[in-house]
Amino acid sequence: MTEYLLLFISTIFVNNFVLVKFLGLCPFMSISTKPETALSMGLATTFVLTLSSVSSYLVNEYLLVPLGLEFLHTIAFILVIVAVVQLTTIIVHKNSPLLYQVLGIFLPLITTNCAVLGVALLNVQEKHGFIESAIYGFGAAIGFSLVLVLFAAMRERIIVADVPIAFKGAPIALITAGIMSIAFMGFSGLVKS
Amino acid sequence: MIEITAVSVLGGFALIFGLLLGYTGVRFEVEAEPIIDKIDAILPQIQCGKCGYPGCRPYAEAISIGVAEINQCPPGGRNGMLALAELLKRDPKPLNTECSKEPTETLAVIDETSCIGCTLCIKICPVDAILGAPKCMHTVITQECTACELCIASCPVDCVNMMPIPQTVNTWKWPYPSEK
Repeated sequence: MTEYLLLFISTIFVNNFVLVKFLGLCPFMSISTKPETALSMGLATTFVLTLSSVSSYLVNEYLLVPLGLEFLHTIAFILVIVAVVQLTTIIVHKNSPLLYQVLGIFLPLITTNCAVLGVALLNVQEKHGFIESAIYGFGAAIGFSLVLVLFAAMRERIIVADVPIAFKGAPIALITAGIMSIAFMGFSGLVKS
Repeated sequence: MIEITAVSVLGGFALIFGLLLGYTGVRFEVEAEPIIDKIDAILPQIQCGKCGYPGCRPYAEAISIGVAEINQCPPGGRNGMLALAELLKRDPKPLNTECSKEPTETLAVIDETSCIGCTLCIKICPVDAILGAPKCMHTVITQECTACELCIASCPVDCVNMMPIPQTVNTWKWPYPSEK
């Protein structure tokens, strides 16, 4: 039980996907202008990452490894993740219009994101079991959402700040992200990974 | 041997998922609001964004819930607006000129043949961009003019006009980041 908790905490803070592993930077920069949309994006990411982590584990463990097809990891994972996410989207759209309105437009954005494939491939690389894979995917998504919402809240204030013209917009956002990344390095002593 | 397994596994995956997605697509089909589709069909679908919405479909959605007016689509023109008015049973309105206006840089130009040399525009110009003397023809110093349009009203013979500055390779510059 403690291992799972440690894995969860370390995935959120120490090995944060965005600020330490630099995965999923595209949605991090582009969907982080308002905290509300950032939260929606975070929820969609949590959904997709957990789903992709679990489904790619199952495919790898019960299909690719027994048949000796480990070299197909990347392409098989992409196929499975896209199909499973698309499938869930269709069902959610029909059965829960409200949930679809919150997540809907963000799901296709995040599905083919590198963080999503990254979590599946890292699971294989670190030889995670089923529960560990699920926790790893969920923790990565929580870490992503946390950073995204924090960053969005900061960007909202930066917009009204008196920034030199050359630094307005994307440059100051990148600088902020860099400083945030340095701050997250401070967590590296928290959990042994 | 391994190649055949690999190809058949991936092919089988793709086939199963394809069939599954096709089936669920039909089984869980969601009927969209038909009125949005009808509005969307009238709009010209060039996604120019002049209406203030990201594309034709978002504009159609905004019209359907009554947030947007029907006269915000310059490419659709008068006919498009009339078709929308007919469909939605709203009163036709003239096209919103704000939507078709593109911000261009302009400059005051004095028509020198009709200038009577009254010096009124010289007094009103806030940046001293007009050169001239009483009873002599006036002219605008192009580098100084800020296109504030104050001189237009002051001229008793209406000889000041705003002219768009044609963009050339030498005058074009990157927009400021804040204007994007």
